[in-house]
Amino acid sequence: MVEHTGIRVVHRGGSKINFREPVITSDSRFLLCGSGESVKVYSTSTEECVHDLQGHTDLVTGVVLNPSNHLQAYSCSADGTVRLWDFTDGILIKTFIIRYHIFSIHVSEKHVGVLFVVVPMANEKELFQLVAVHLPRSGDPEVEVGELSAVLCDVSPNPGAVSFGTGGEYIAAAKGLQLEVFFFKKQKSYRFSLKSGMNKGINNSFTCISCHPKEDCIATGHADGKIRLWRNFNQKKEYTYSTLHWHHNAVNTLRFTPEGSTNLLSGGIESVLVQWRYTQENQKDFLPRLGAAITHIAVSPDGSLFCTSHADNKITIILSSVKVSAIIQGLVKDDCVRTDLMIDPRSKALVLNGKPGHLQFYSLHRDKQLYNLDIVQQEYIHEQGVDQFQVVKAAFDTHGDWLATVEERRQKSSELEINLKLWSYDEQTQSFVLNTTVTAPHEDQITAMCFSPSPETTLLVTTSLDGHFKAWLCQLAKKIESASWSCDFVGGYHLLKPGCCCFSADGSLLAFGFQEVVTVWSPTSWELLTTLSQPPGAVRDLCFGRLSCSKYLLGTSTKNQLCCWNLLTCSLEWNTPMDVSLLQADPFSENMAAFCSQSGSTDLFVFKPSEPRPLFSKKALCTGKVERAIFAPRDQMLESSEEYSQWLNRSQLYFLTQHMDLMTFSTKTEEDRLLASSKQLMVDDSVAITPFYLLLGRHKQQQQEKQELLTNPLAERTPLPQGSIAIKELLDTPAHVLPSASFLCSMFVRSLLVSSSSAR
Amino acid sequence: MGEFKVHRVRFFEYMPTAIRAMSFNAHTERLALARVDGSVEVFNFADRYFQEKVIPGKDAHSIEALCWVGGRLFSAGLHGEITEYDLENLRPKYSLEAYGGPIWTIISNPQGTHVAIGCEDGTVKLFEVLAEGVQFERNLDRQKGRIISLSWHPSGTRIAAGMMDMIRVFDVLTGHAIQRLLVDRSVGGCKSRETVVWTVVFLSDHTIFSSDSAGKVQVWDGHTGTLVKTHQLTKWDVLALSVSKDESSVVAGTSEGTVVQFQFIAPNLQQQEKEWVRTRTFKNHTHDVRALVEIGTAIVSGGMDTQLVVRPLLEKFEEKCFASGLRRIHFPHRNLVSCAQKARLLLLQFPGQLELWRLGESDGHGKPGDILPLKTKPEKLLYLKRKGKDHICCSALSSCGGWLAYSTVSSVRLYRLQTDNNISITKVPKLPKVLRSAHQLCFSSESSYLFAASSQSSVLVISLNQSECKYVHTLKPKSGSRQPIHLMTTSVDGKWLATANSDCEVHVYNLQKLELHCMVPMYSSCPSAMGIHPTTNNLTMVHADQQIFEFSIAEKQYTVWSRKLQMQGLHNLWLNRDTPVTHVTFNPKNPDQILLHDMYMFCIIDQSLPLPDQKTQFYNQMTLRSLSEQERPSHLHAFKVCKSFQDLMCMRLLDDQSLVVVERPLMAINSQLPAPVRQKKFAT
Repeated sequence: MVEHTGIRVVHRGGSKINFREPVITSDSRFLLCGSGESVKVYSTSTEECVHDLQGHTDLVTGVVLNPSNHLQAYSCSADGTVRLWDFTDGILIKTFIIRYHIFSIHVSEKHVGVLFVVVPMANEKELFQLVAVHLPRSGDPEVEVGELSAVLCDVSPNPGAVSFGTGGEYIAAAKGLQLEVFFFKKQKSYRFSLKSGMNKGINNSFTCISCHPKEDCIATGHADGKIRLWRNFNQKKEYTYSTLHWHHNAVNTLRFTPEGSTNLLSGGIESVLVQWRYTQENQKDFLPRLGAAITHIAVSPDGSLFCTSHADNKITIILSSVKVSAIIQGLVKDDCVRTDLMIDPRSKALVLNGKPGHLQFYSLHRDKQLYNLDIVQQEYIHEQGVDQFQVVKAAFDTHGDWLATVEERRQKSSELEINLKLWSYDEQTQSFVLNTTVTAPHEDQITAMCFSPSPETTLLVTTSLDGHFKAWLCQLAKKIESASWSCDFVGGYHLLKPGCCCFSADGSLLAFGFQEVVTVWSPTSWELLTTLSQPPGAVRDLCFGRLSCSKYLLGTSTKNQLCCWNLLTCSLEWNTPMDVSLLQADPFSENMAAFCSQSGSTDLFVFKPSEPRPLFSKKALCTGKVERAIFAPRDQMLESSEEYSQWLNRSQLYFLTQHMDLMTFSTKTEEDRLLASSKQLMVDDSVAITPFYLLLGRHKQQQQEKQELLTNPLAERTPLPQGSIAIKELLDTPAHVLPSASFLCSMFVRSLLVSSSSAR
Repeated sequence: MGEFKVHRVRFFEYMPTAIRAMSFNAHTERLALARVDGSVEVFNFADRYFQEKVIPGKDAHSIEALCWVGGRLFSAGLHGEITEYDLENLRPKYSLEAYGGPIWTIISNPQGTHVAIGCEDGTVKLFEVLAEGVQFERNLDRQKGRIISLSWHPSGTRIAAGMMDMIRVFDVLTGHAIQRLLVDRSVGGCKSRETVVWTVVFLSDHTIFSSDSAGKVQVWDGHTGTLVKTHQLTKWDVLALSVSKDESSVVAGTSEGTVVQFQFIAPNLQQQEKEWVRTRTFKNHTHDVRALVEIGTAIVSGGMDTQLVVRPLLEKFEEKCFASGLRRIHFPHRNLVSCAQKARLLLLQFPGQLELWRLGESDGHGKPGDILPLKTKPEKLLYLKRKGKDHICCSALSSCGGWLAYSTVSSVRLYRLQTDNNISITKVPKLPKVLRSAHQLCFSSESSYLFAASSQSSVLVISLNQSECKYVHTLKPKSGSRQPIHLMTTSVDGKWLATANSDCEVHVYNLQKLELHCMVPMYSSCPSAMGIHPTTNNLTMVHADQQIFEFSIAEKQYTVWSRKLQMQGLHNLWLNRDTPVTHVTFNPKNPDQILLHDMYMFCIIDQSLPLPDQKTQFYNQMTLRSLSEQERPSHLHAFKVCKSFQDLMCMRLLDDQSLVVVERPLMAINSQLPAPVRQKKFAT
């Protein structure tokens, strides 16, 4: 097996936009935020992504505006580089190579040509230091940075815990119970520590920090919800602080608004933005119900806009009058994805559970959430220990007309409430409408659910831990609204618990995994056709082969077996010892992807069922186990001829890592194409490139071309006169600087003539 | 330990009254504190906050403000009189009617030549302080409305007066009002209610701080009379303000029980310009903070919840020491309970009455830690109301239970008690004329003499018998100290009497010869408790700074054990305890044992055991319990501390080897306080 270097694992689409603090540009028109391996530029007014600044090869860990040029921004990344971008045109200007894992970046107006980055200490991985990077003046697009000078040792890697003071005179950093202030002029640092209140049950460690833009005042947020305003900190003893307390849980982020009417903004788990009036701290304004815990707050340099990042991967843009003006929503990833990853057959959107009780439809191509579907239709109460209904399973039929969802709530270990809901697609509202609710469809948890792919019937099969599987049949009516669902068949096998089910591609066969036994049924007659078994180990996943390989059934077991049965002979074709945690079939080809967890990391094998030889393999894809993956169709096919990347031509494989990062594979050709398109964008100027513009612009171009073809069929062959230099000159130069018309006339006529040499 | 049967007494319903006013004398480091019942207490802040003197109050004689002029203490109240206190005889010296209606405040000028009072009728009256008293000098311009608060400019030429809805600034020389600063009414509350300017503070740069009933602290420019800054601290009243000596910090006390500090800080560190910024908030009270003093290294506050809190400003301390800890003073540093060891009676002293209780009895036996069943319940035998307006300042019960005496500032009363079958009390008529008032009362062990501490540290000796009582002699110290005696104890054999006064002098008198036997070498700290050993006649003294001395009366020198203890030094944990030891007693069965107690613990000092050094574990009772019998002796040391009884008022050893422990749980005191102001609490 060969490792292929042409295919990279990348973050593309659905990555976190709340990982680090966003930045609002000085004209408040754009919002920059690191998203996976790129920096996204959003328009603050339309919420659309304007540019996707690509170039980093690892997570972007910080974005800041260039203090000496407000049209440029620096971004730092875990790949050890800092890149300077022109974000209005989306051009990479410069790359500074630092060669350390960079955790955050800080700049100040006073320190021109110096960046402050947080990197790990030389010998210890767990400790971090703040270093000053002197940017070399050089014209090259890629510059190696030589000297780093340490400013502060042992700082927190959290970028919110470091802040520059008034005019860059000092830098303040907080870690644990200690606040450190370093004065650049005196080259002296002062440390202030708080008493640990742990024995009293108080956790007053620092969480975040912000410095007043004009006065020497440092605001610090604490884990117990207090905010302290430190003053007089240029001496060891006579420092003083005042305390503000509103938050009942840790203050996640703090930000002073710029000069003028200086206010302090703070946010935490309460999902309320609190605005404290500076020096009148008992007056405060609230912006409640922001949806999820606030993780970052950013303020535009002119103070007219705020934005808050939220734990549910959302950025809210807020006017300075404390009104929400726009919401940029990314892919919502809770701490766990209960449903499988699915592709909506109609919109080709990725579907998974998002907000509590909702299914989200996320367009991977546009990297945008399309809409949320409220499944549970109950008010969600945020409280620890309260069990609420959760969407645990969902399935689409082949055309996307039907959606089945399962929600469950387990209040105590004995009482389990399950609802099966069936939703029909409504063409008018372009959304799913609840059609049937089946309360308690099974007596125990539903383990698997799938629709039959056969075009004749609309059939849904559910399997449950209560030892049964049920087939639900739709009695189709003329109107889809009046269609009704009923249970058609209840089956089981020797009181064993079914764990998975799978239809063959044409819907003629149905396979269940009953612990160690695979049973194959005919869904038309509900007849048990055959049983296959390969002990030991219970069956974990089942997949029918597709297209040319449709005679094969693949199964994985808990005891490290990957088996391939030939359904014609009902015998084992081949098997290999592999601990396959997830088996996923590509719906557009014969290919199968198997994720194998091995010693803490996951390996990927892509193969065809007909031959036990991987088309592609990648060792140590990521740490931890991969539980969810999906093949998503491409909107444009790739024409890769190389053997190892052919499997990515029609579809794209997305998977969720242990840390809930949505990753995918990118080939070289794809990257080249992206790069080319970004270059093309670069040439186009003046108008912000929105997808809307692209759509319209392309349409217009095509129209123009068509018209020209109609009116002037000859023009296709002869070069247009507009192309000649003389005409351009004639038309573009102002009239008063042109020479006399008689002089021009002869020149113009000459330019139209075809020279005799070229005619032949 | 299982050595004693313990009577755990909780029927003493002692209730301190709220703190109304405070004044700190930075020169002598004495804090004077006035309570709502009119009593005045003087604390010595140089001597571990020891409560040196208590002047009992008087009915219908409340105090609104206190002020020191040099070493003299003045008070004024709503009864309309200025009172000067005689700190040597612990009584008001004289009272002077001011003829201005109720007086709300009294202040002295920084030079100490005048006092000014603010009256209900709107006048500010200036009094000249003379050697023998105060004399009315003149009125400043009379205003409409009462004068609630006053503050003198450090130069002595201006006075700021807080009134209803406004602040006036007076020129002291001309007596005219030169500024009128209007204070807003509360924002949320009703507009018709007047704003009371509870306190004003005049700083030397002519900045005026005011605190008012609308919950604001306002900073004014005294030159122009303009408002500089408003700090809305609370929805309720801001009742107290105090400025530090260097005028870099102002503290404000609110009705919510918080103390808020304002500091004079440069907003930009490079610049010199400073401004007042609200900084820290301390919450040590549950109720109104009525009185507040900043004493340089600490903030002293008191209020409705009756406790005095000393909150140190930690940045003023280089290292941990006694003064850098938070102190709360709940109980008086003297005994309010007398015990008749033989008759098993308890006498409880309240300001207005005395209560006599007989202790319950039990004949049960049990393991250590068991609760024994009661055969007879404790019973209240007597409720004796005082006569006259003056509050009781001291009381005594003879150990046989046959005599009872109490004293107010104006009279001493002696009663004959019979408690055997039918309870009877008869007042002893015709007390000797010399016995007019007493600072301390004490009976001899056989109840044949009554000792009364009188003026100039003298002790009156009065012989008692069935028919009459007779003045015998006056014992006078040779030192000529004028300070009052606050501790008195007699020996069991009736031969010795020891007295201690506020000058830290301890005198020992021979009662057979009726003369001064000797004076114990002076120690800088005031004795807080002392006792004479029944067999060896050694005098054990515990001082306010927690030092322990043992003095042999017969040999007129410190004992060997005491010298050893001083050589080795006491354990730091012992020295840094919060409260002073208030009683010393001895175990007749085991002459090596000395029993002491303070508010939080009681301690048995076993002189036969080795003394602990700094490295040994001081509170070792738990460790000892876990050790086996063989290992224990190597871990024993002289101080055996028991903390199982909290909030101790009194601990006595009865003749039948049972302990009486009088507890007054702070929870019980707090539950009797009025409800605090309503505050919005999160999640309620």
